[in-house]
Formats: sequence, C-alpha cells, structure tokens
Amino acid sequence: MIKTENLTKKYGSQQVLNITSLEIPKGQSFGLVGNNGAGKTTYFSLLLDLIRPTSGRVVNNEVQVDESEAWKPFTSSFIDESFLIGYLTPEEYFYFIGDLRGRNKADVDKLLSSFEDFFHGEILGQKKYLRDLSKGNQKKAGIVASFIGNPEVVILDEPFANLDPTTQIRLKSIIKDLAAKQDVTVLISSHDLMHVTEVCERIVVLNKGEIVKDIQTSEETLKELETFFGE
Amino acid sequence: MIFFGIWMFISLVSIGVGLYFILRNKFPHENPMWMLSRYMVYWVLIELFYRYFMQKLPVMDVKSLLAMPIKKSSIAHYILGRSGLSGYNAFALFLFVPFGIVLLSNGYPVLNVLLWLVSMLAIVMCINYVNFIVNKSDKAMIIIGGIIAILYGLDYFQFLPVKEFFGPIFHGLYQYPITVLVPITLAVLSYLINFNYLKNMLFLDASLKTKTKEAKTSELAWTKRFGEMAPFLQLDLKMIWRNKRTKAQAFISLLFVFYGLIFYTQDVYSNMVPMFAFLGIFMTGIFLSNFGQFIPAWDSGYYSMMMSQNIPLRKYLESKASLISVSVVTMFLLTIPYAYFGWDKLAINFGSALYNLGVNIPMILYFGSFNKKRIDLEKSPIGNMQGTSAIQFLIILPVLGLPILVFTAFYYLISVEAAVLVLSLLGIIGFALKNKLLNMITEQYRRKKYGMIAGFKEKNN
Repeated sequence: MIKTENLTKKYGSQQVLNITSLEIPKGQSFGLVGNNGAGKTTYFSLLLDLIRPTSGRVVNNEVQVDESEAWKPFTSSFIDESFLIGYLTPEEYFYFIGDLRGRNKADVDKLLSSFEDFFHGEILGQKKYLRDLSKGNQKKAGIVASFIGNPEVVILDEPFANLDPTTQIRLKSIIKDLAAKQDVTVLISSHDLMHVTEVCERIVVLNKGEIVKDIQTSEETLKELETFFGE
Repeated sequence: MIFFGIWMFISLVSIGVGLYFILRNKFPHENPMWMLSRYMVYWVLIELFYRYFMQKLPVMDVKSLLAMPIKKSSIAHYILGRSGLSGYNAFALFLFVPFGIVLLSNGYPVLNVLLWLVSMLAIVMCINYVNFIVNKSDKAMIIIGGIIAILYGLDYFQFLPVKEFFGPIFHGLYQYPITVLVPITLAVLSYLINFNYLKNMLFLDASLKTKTKEAKTSELAWTKRFGEMAPFLQLDLKMIWRNKRTKAQAFISLLFVFYGLIFYTQDVYSNMVPMFAFLGIFMTGIFLSNFGQFIPAWDSGYYSMMMSQNIPLRKYLESKASLISVSVVTMFLLTIPYAYFGWDKLAINFGSALYNLGVNIPMILYFGSFNKKRIDLEKSPIGNMQGTSAIQFLIILPVLGLPILVFTAFYYLISVEAAVLVLSLLGIIGFALKNKLLNMITEQYRRKKYGMIAGFKEKNN
C-alpha cells in the first residue's frame, strides 16, 4: 500500500531521516517506535506531504504523494492538535470532516454512535469548543475524526499519549479491529513499547533517522525492544 | 508591532498638538478646553467599548507564580500594576500631554493644566480597571455600546443636551484644580475593588480559568445553496464570529460604511472627484482588504490538517473568494443611500464594487500566498499585528492605489462616466477570467505550500 524509496530529509547539513526502502502492505497495523528526534513525526509528515523530501519518494497506493493530491481521499490522519479546529464544537468538527469526505450528517452520526464507549460521555453534547477541551479529550476527538469516511490508510502520531487508561485500552481494540476486520492500513507511532507490541503486527524501530529494526511482532518482541532501548 | 506603535504614537501626538488649533479655528468664540470637555463623556464610553475588544487581561500569565512562595496579595498587586502600565493607557496620554503643552504655551494657568493632566491620567486608570470588571461579560459591551448610541442619538436630535450636561463636569476638572481628587479617588477605588476581587479569586479554578463560553452548535443551513463550497463558507463564518480578532474586524469593516459621511458632507471635497473613487474602492473593499490580506494565515492554526485532508486547494481558495464577494456586494448595498449626495457617487461606488469583485479579489488571494506568519486566533485583536509582514503594506499599493490611479487618469482625460466605465469593465474582464486566474493562484499556493506549513507552525513572531 505504502512504498517508501530512498527517502531522505535534511535540514541544512543535518540528516533527520534516511529510509532506503520500506513497504507497508494493505491492512497491516504498523508501529513506529524510536526516541525523541528519531524521525517518526518527520516520516509521517512526509507521508502526508506536509514537508518536502530532500530526495526520494513516498508512493501511497500508486500515487506519489508530492506530485498528486489523489492520495487524500483515502488517507486520513491525526498528527497533533494542529489537526483540530479550535473554534468548532466536536460535533461541528466531525460534520465538517464528514463534508470533506463525502459523508452526510446521518453517516457521521452513525459512525459516532459506535464510538460512544470510547468518548465516555466527554465529547458529544458538551457545549464546548474543541479549544476548551482537555488534551486527552481533544485527542479522542481527533482520532475518531480520522476514522470518518472509510479511509484505507490511517496515520496516528502518538495516539496513546495523554489518554486515560480506560481509553487507551479501548483505542487498542479499535485499532486492532480496523486492521484485522476492515483491511485498513494503520500506521501509529508511540513511545509506549507495551502498547505498540500489543496492537501492531509489525514494528519498525527508527534511530537517528534510520531503520535499525524491522520486526514481525511475536511474544519476544517486547523483550527485544526493551533490551534495545535499555542499552 | 513596532511599526504600528510608532505610527500610533506619531498620529496621536500630532492630533494632540493640532487639537487646540483645530478647535480654535472651528469654534473661534469658544474656549478649546470647553469644547473638548463637552465631548469627554463620549471619549470615556468609547474607550471602554473599544477596550472590550482590544485589551486582554494579563491574568493568565501568573499561573506559574501561584506555586511559588509569593504572597497572593503581591501577585494581585502585580497583575493590577502591570495592567496599569499597559500600552492602551499610554494612548490617551500621547494625546492629552501634547494638548496640555500647547495650552501652557498659550498662557493657560500652569497649576490648572497640570492637575487637569493628572485628572486625565486618573480617568484613564479608572477606565483600565473598570474594564477589568466589565470585560468578563458580553452584556457589558452591548450595554456600553447601547449607551453610546442612545446618548449620541438624544444629543443629535436635541432631545437631551448630553454634551451640555457632561461638559461642565469635565470642564470642572480643569477649572477647579482641587477636583483632581475626585478622579484620583475613583481610580483608587476601582483599583481596590479589583484588588479585593482578585485576591480572593487567585485559584486555578476561579479567575485564572479562562472563561469557557458555552458553545452553540450552529447549522447555517442557508449556506447549503453554495453547494460544494458550503462547508468552507460555514467554517469561515464560524471563524469570524467565534474569535475576537476576526469579529472585531468584521464590525470595524461594517463601521467604515459611515466613512463616506465624512467626505460627502464636506464642500471641500465636492470637486475632488478622485477622492470619491478612493471612497468607493475603500468602502466596498474594506472587508476584502482587512480579511483578505491575511488569507490563508487565518487558518494557520490548523493549516497542516487543511493540507492533508481531502480538500482540493482550489476549492479552498474559491470559497474564500466567494466569502469576500459576498462582503463586497453587502458593502455596496449598504452604500446605496449615499445616492442622496448625488447619483455620481452611486455610480462610482458601483464601478468600484465591480472592480473589487473582478480584480482585487484575485489580487489579494495571490498576495496571500506570500503569507507565512502565524495568527493565533485566540489572541486579542488590534494592536495585535500578528501575521503582519511587509506584504501587508505593499499590498495597499495595487489594491487601493491602482484603481484610483486608473480612475483619476480617465477622469481627467475624458470624464467621470468614462472613468466609472473603465473601472467596471476591468472588473468584468477580471470576472470573465476568474477561472484562469484562480487556477494560476492555486498553482502558486501549491508551490508555496511547504513554506506556509512550516511558517504557520512557528509560534513566536
């Protein structure tokens, strides 16, 4: 689904990302781990054509992302709060995203109703603008918004950060479900090794912009990662 | 910001210096001090009204002080003291101090003038601290606005001599130096009220919590007729309505409809026809330039989302263009009553509106692609120059200067009719080429995309 070829990003002389080759098949739940500055967000931003690659390319479902906008209809993402519109209520925001993705109110409402558990009564009908919600609740809204319109690729940067334990557990089952049952390619990054190993079929470790490990998740994965980062 | 500050400083000081002579000239039989005093009640009210929009209370900045070993009363003094030093308070002084100096040089009694200045300072402080109290609710703003309108109305239609009533009160501050104690007492009183209030409210969940207004979900169903552009239009309307800076700008734009009254009613300008072209372009295009010059920086807070969502760039731009078009048409409709001053005014405004629609809209969108500075919508408006760069000053030339130049040229070469016709024609041509122009602009935005995204992420500019 997503092919990355000879992708590099440099700021001045400093190289922040260098991926020779990485292929993520359709329906895979893909986890990206690494310390701060490893290049996770840079990679995601390149996937979304938010920054210009220094060289190389990302091809999302046959579309080279920095040459055509045709990847947008089937790709959705939540990177950080800058993906939210602060002066809208969560409902308005969901409907706006729905409008952008060709879903009417009823469609959106239907989808939202299946996330009632996840929202835990803190998002809908609160009469609050997104900017006035807590960080965790903002994140919930942003994550759910990225599921609107049956995307084939969902990119979530640090989805578990700021969430309360209950929500983290619910999010894990949602992500697993997306990849397993709906054949959605899910890309997440995380600092929490436990969560990623639990959710992702495959884990790639970035260090100083380069891929240092590419693991099919198994029982031993968590240990392997802990040893790697512990050193 | 510095530029804006200097500009304000210079204009206020020069008004302050000139005020005496202007009043002297206009009302040769009246004492300038007396004339000024008559209007002071309006100054106080308007300043209160205006500060509601402009001044943000520095309460939030002290969060970090709370956990430190500092007495609450010191923190409260600090907050109030700091707001006393706010730049808004200096504005009035820039005006009154030069005025006072001119008075002195014209032989007014020193003691009276100096104490009068002290009174003015005390009144400014009163306004500052009263604003602290009333700023918390929208109702206060509406009430103050209402009082201004009613007083002015009563005065204008001579139901009640408002100026005659308040004039002596303010003039007394000059005439009887001892009365300086009154405004000083009031200032101290308003300070103390605030102090007591603040001291008891310095908790994270009390005054330090930014008031979260209850959000109202609105549908704006009527926008549906704009089809594919409806969601963007709704978004922009909500943005304007729900953020202070944009809201203030929309109001200010509307107020500029009255700009014409200043010029149309003066005989001096009746022969300066190019002036009317300026008015036409300016009045019908005020929102266009106020709002348009910062496109797409208004969306800077969530620009990366806009660029990765399923939004064709072109549709995004098109919706901005339609919003501005609506504003131009609205402003033109509002200026129709100026036909009272002659049909030529109406014709000129019509031509100007067409020109704005056809030429200036694409122009301002094009220049928008050079915007790279972030605008935080939540920050307080005006005096807030966030998002401003050299572009904003350069843009005035083509948007305002060019049409006036064209108009003037054809007016002097041929006639008013020809000049209006040319403006209208240019507008219509621009309109006919709309698709082509928009395609070009879209291409330009695409080229600048990465720079914009990066620029909008930088929080301190």
